[in-house]
Amino acid sequence: MTHRSQTGQGPDTSVPGPAPWNNPHIRSIVFQAVAFAGLVYFFYTIFDNTLTNMERRGITTGFGFLNNEAGFGILMSLIPYDETNTYGRTFFVGLLNTLLVSGLGIFFATILGFLVGVARLSNNWLISKIATVYVEVLRNIPLLLQILFWYFTVLQALPSTKNSMTLGKDIFFNNRGLYMPAPVFEDGFGFVLLAFVLAIGLIVYWRNWAHRRQNETGRQYPVFWISLCLLVGGPALAYLLAGMPISWEAPSRTRFSFSGGMRVIPELMALLWALTMYTATFIAEIVRAGILSVSHGQTEAARALGLREGQTLRLVVIPQAMRVIIPPLTNQFLNLTKNSSLATAIAYPDLVSVFMGTTLNQTGQAVEIVAMTMGVYLTISLVISTFMNWYNKRIALTER
Amino acid sequence: MLQRMGGYGVIIFREEFKMKKSFRVLTAFAAAALLSSAANASTLDDVRKKGAVTCGVSTGLPGFSLADNKNHWAGLDVDVCRAVAAAVLGDASKVKYTPLTAKERFTALQSGEIDMLSRNTTWTLTRDASLGLNFAGVNYYDGQGFMVSKSLGVKSARELDGAAFCIQAGTTTELNLADYFRENKMKYKPVVFDTSDQSVKGFESGRCDALTSDQSQLYALRIKLSKPENAIVLPEVISKEPLGPVVRQGDDVWFNIVKWSLFAMVNAEGMGITSDNVDKMKSSTNPGIRRLLGVEGDMGKKLGINADWAYQVIKQVGNYSQAFERNVGMGSPLKIARGLNALWSNGGIQYAPPVR
Repeated sequence: MTHRSQTGQGPDTSVPGPAPWNNPHIRSIVFQAVAFAGLVYFFYTIFDNTLTNMERRGITTGFGFLNNEAGFGILMSLIPYDETNTYGRTFFVGLLNTLLVSGLGIFFATILGFLVGVARLSNNWLISKIATVYVEVLRNIPLLLQILFWYFTVLQALPSTKNSMTLGKDIFFNNRGLYMPAPVFEDGFGFVLLAFVLAIGLIVYWRNWAHRRQNETGRQYPVFWISLCLLVGGPALAYLLAGMPISWEAPSRTRFSFSGGMRVIPELMALLWALTMYTATFIAEIVRAGILSVSHGQTEAARALGLREGQTLRLVVIPQAMRVIIPPLTNQFLNLTKNSSLATAIAYPDLVSVFMGTTLNQTGQAVEIVAMTMGVYLTISLVISTFMNWYNKRIALTER
Repeated sequence: MLQRMGGYGVIIFREEFKMKKSFRVLTAFAAAALLSSAANASTLDDVRKKGAVTCGVSTGLPGFSLADNKNHWAGLDVDVCRAVAAAVLGDASKVKYTPLTAKERFTALQSGEIDMLSRNTTWTLTRDASLGLNFAGVNYYDGQGFMVSKSLGVKSARELDGAAFCIQAGTTTELNLADYFRENKMKYKPVVFDTSDQSVKGFESGRCDALTSDQSQLYALRIKLSKPENAIVLPEVISKEPLGPVVRQGDDVWFNIVKWSLFAMVNAEGMGITSDNVDKMKSSTNPGIRRLLGVEGDMGKKLGINADWAYQVIKQVGNYSQAFERNVGMGSPLKIARGLNALWSNGGIQYAPPVR
């Protein structure tokens, strides 16, 4: 060290550092590069060997099959589909069905989970015990059994088409599903939509204004009720003024079942019900843990300020509990989405059942189809996870 | 599931392994992790080493392949597996059965998890040409039909416009149904189940108006119903469904053995050889019979197996007629008539090339 300052040169330039192979920095880069190259080579080899071997055995490869005519029917499709469409389209039909049941499942499971989680902490003995029994029973029975139970035991015990249960004149419920009148939108329905959008805009404005006023003057305004009035009243008024531009197409009886109208197939009901009931038990426990994680002092402080029970929960406890709740909640959302592939056990036409089932069989292109299907689940999961991470960051405790 | 993953592993790592030495260890490790069954190029050697034929069968179809409560398998398809085991190993009981759903069957065969598939599988061009498989003959000529409950009051498939159909996933049935309804400009709703058991359950619980499948299966599934007499099979046959054993492409020795094990059964029926009289037949003067039973000639050697291969098949499994009657014919609860499956000489289309 001393002779360097004597020569008056820069501290590091003249001194020979350790040899490159002794430099920990360079060494770590080299090792990582080697490991990475090894990994790439490994996967390339798997890929290449697969292709070579499949070719040698005369197994067709490639994604050309996606443009071929599928030739089979699908029970339920959110987009127009018939037998003359391509295998590629069966992919989207299956994907949309998967997204439908996952999306609805996440929605209902979250609501039910929160209710049950709060109910388990209720001071009311009966409510908390009912919640406890529900959670302990349903989360400890394998999901597949529950799906089969709801499908084969409960739904199929419904009456046949001839003896359908009816609600009113146009709603039928039987072992083929739930048949309801479908709305037919006529001219002028645009006004109703417009009123709806307008109402949402007004609500946002009203909320912000009320919030500001409360900050400035301390006065509170009935935000919720006025919002509700706007949301329901606005479109309703527009509907009446535009001359009631919705008519209903009722399901009509045919020889075997019903045609026309809207129909919810029993497979969807059973799967959605089972996924919701099962996942809600886990969400309930997560919510309970989250609420319990908030120190009791917070509740006492809120009461001391004069907040009512509901307000304490809504304004003080839940916002703090959310920080604990969100990360494991994300896991449950991912689980639910992945569990929706159990649809294949009952006849719900989800991605696994349609695309990885029938399409795979008709084309025999297992490697491509399995890869695509895995890619889809991976993408859905990553999207959910990204969104939840973003939300988590947003509600994280900001320390001032 | 693990086993099936192993299946893909086999596709990936078998044969042609273009590797540098330095990575051998790494890949060997990965291969060991992925491989479930050691498979090599010659299925025959593999079978001899294992001492058993691994045969893919259905998950339970009366008459074709069904296990009893002691895991003892029986059926027309099972008899093809047993015939191959008898021909190759001299013992029809040396078969390891792998129950497969329709969806799993081809992957299991392609990956080497099973040596042969005998699972009421329809021979089609797509399957033959693009899956890397070979169909080794036809052990049952079938056609797709419909079963409905009597109370529905339907006499013909033409009346089924708008009906819901229970089907098993991954079968030619799905396509035939679509074709038939398109051709007749009728509508239908497919309710697709994973296994035939589930589709029967769906039919029985009233989820669908009709169950559609190969006719033989309909008869088989009908006896699984709690009240078989309440269901009828409609007369229409809407497709050709030649069902037969399947092997991997590229192993012609094994292909020949499976093919000729089946032909031996059919030929035996034509020659009047049964499991009961086969020992006596050995001293027959008919050169055709002597060749088949290995008393004369070297037919077994040409196939790469024992000289008494066909004798063992007939002795232990029986001829085609015996297998048919025992499993699906008059000696069984299914009571299916020979029909198309009678020998060509009896008005059917079962025909085997000569052993010569």
